[in-house]
Amino acid sequence: MYKQIPIAEGLFTWPSETPALLGSRCRSCNIAEFPRKPSCPACGSEDVVTEELPRRGKLWTWTIQGFMPKKPYHSDETPETFTPFGVGYVELPGAVCVESRLLENDPAKLKIGMEMELVVETFRHDDAGNPVMSFAFKAAE
Amino acid sequence: MDVAIVGIGIHPFGRTPGLSGLQQGAYAARLALKDAGVEWKDMQFGFGGSASAGSADAMVNELGLTGLPFINVANGCATGGSALISAFNAIKSGEYDIGMVTGFDKHDRGAFNADPKQMGIDEWYGEVGLMMTTQFFAMKIQRYMDTYGISNNTLAKVAQKAFSNGAKNPNAWRREEIPLEVISQSPMISHPLTKFMFCAPGEGGVALILCRADIARRYTDKPIYLKSAAVRSRRYGSFEVFAPSQALQQVDGPTVDASKAAFEAAGLGPQDIDVLQLQDTESGAEVMHMAENGFCEHGEQEALIQAGETGIDGKLPINTDGGCLANGEPIGATGLRQVYETCVQLRGEAGERQVPSAPKVGYTHVYGAPGISAVTILQR
Ligand SMILES: [Zn+2]
Repeated sequence: MYKQIPIAEGLFTWPSETPALLGSRCRSCNIAEFPRKPSCPACGSEDVVTEELPRRGKLWTWTIQGFMPKKPYHSDETPETFTPFGVGYVELPGAVCVESRLLENDPAKLKIGMEMELVVETFRHDDAGNPVMSFAFKAAE
Repeated sequence: MDVAIVGIGIHPFGRTPGLSGLQQGAYAARLALKDAGVEWKDMQFGFGGSASAGSADAMVNELGLTGLPFINVANGCATGGSALISAFNAIKSGEYDIGMVTGFDKHDRGAFNADPKQMGIDEWYGEVGLMMTTQFFAMKIQRYMDTYGISNNTLAKVAQKAFSNGAKNPNAWRREEIPLEVISQSPMISHPLTKFMFCAPGEGGVALILCRADIARRYTDKPIYLKSAAVRSRRYGSFEVFAPSQALQQVDGPTVDASKAAFEAAGLGPQDIDVLQLQDTESGAEVMHMAENGFCEHGEQEALIQAGETGIDGKLPINTDGGCLANGEPIGATGLRQVYETCVQLRGEAGERQVPSAPKVGYTHVYGAPGISAVTILQR
């Protein structure tokens, strides 16, 4: 039996029907950070707690990665099968602006300010054939 | 104690298969010594660095083992600027009279492939394809264009000017003009930036001889005074490269901070600058850096660039040697290339690419990962 494996531990809630990204929030200055860090990037305090980040937010900016990145890029693709992919920052209200792959790769369909939602999908397969799961954002329905 | 630049040397940028990065640095060093009419044994100190071409202090093996203190500097894209500031402070302190600063590099072809771990980022970030400086620059200009109304045509014009200036610079890598349509229609690397709007990793070397201002005329009748030099790193809330997340509220980036510090230390303002070199890793960077360094308001770039004001004959001549777009990016050498070009312009020795108004004050700016900036102000 194949098993879905998250690409990194502690990045998002998994397994879950409605996964969320996991961030850290500083208890002294209320700043949130993704991924979780042991200290606050703004004030350096180590008094931080883990929280689930909002699953929806607005697209802050975006681009399309037009060529296959060199290592450390690690997908199932070959230079022949590579498909350009969208990348963007999504403003998660009350939390932080998160960088992510986007499911959309057509410039005409991406607009700053559009509503986005989180998905967790198979990104690649490991050597044993298990799906490796990662997060992305897609246009909200 | 004021500081003067009395000797300058450069190894042509581009690709030189027969020479290591270090040898290109030594070549520039010999030219700088000759330019100042001094010998290597006269140097009381050395500061230098490269990102991919070995330790700068190995250069003593090429130039002679004189026992001088030589300090390696490694600070990403601000390596050259940081070496220069170290030399500036060494002379200002009164400890030394004269010394050398050098920066050189030699990178492999293709985009830089950064290692997430070195930047304190987890492996997944690189694995999913986010460890790309090109994406950062594209996303920064994408939002900037949306906010301030900068057009795609203006991005192409920045690159067109770079290649046009490069064609007039015997030390540039790209020495052919490229038509606007070819730039616009070249393959899209990272929307909205096309292939010809990005600089490529390259090779090259630069060396400068610095001394106490009061003895500068022993070495040259055209000393260039280093009025100020500032390096700043990012504060929380500035939008920077390799950031898995960023603050909801933005603050000014390190370029704004370094620029303000350099102007304040020099007692000058943007209106006093006659010729400028701004980091142009890609077309959008030059556009945004014009405003971040205080040379115009956000959004004014569209009209300035469309009117040709950033050309050699314009009122705001930017990247007169072709910038990174025409010279490529040997990380350790870029910041010093800008200073070299500014000295050439202020000396009035830039030939075909000379800014015509007999420029008196020049400005240089570099920006690099993970959010550092270095600025210098030079005056003749
Ligand atoms: Zn804090």
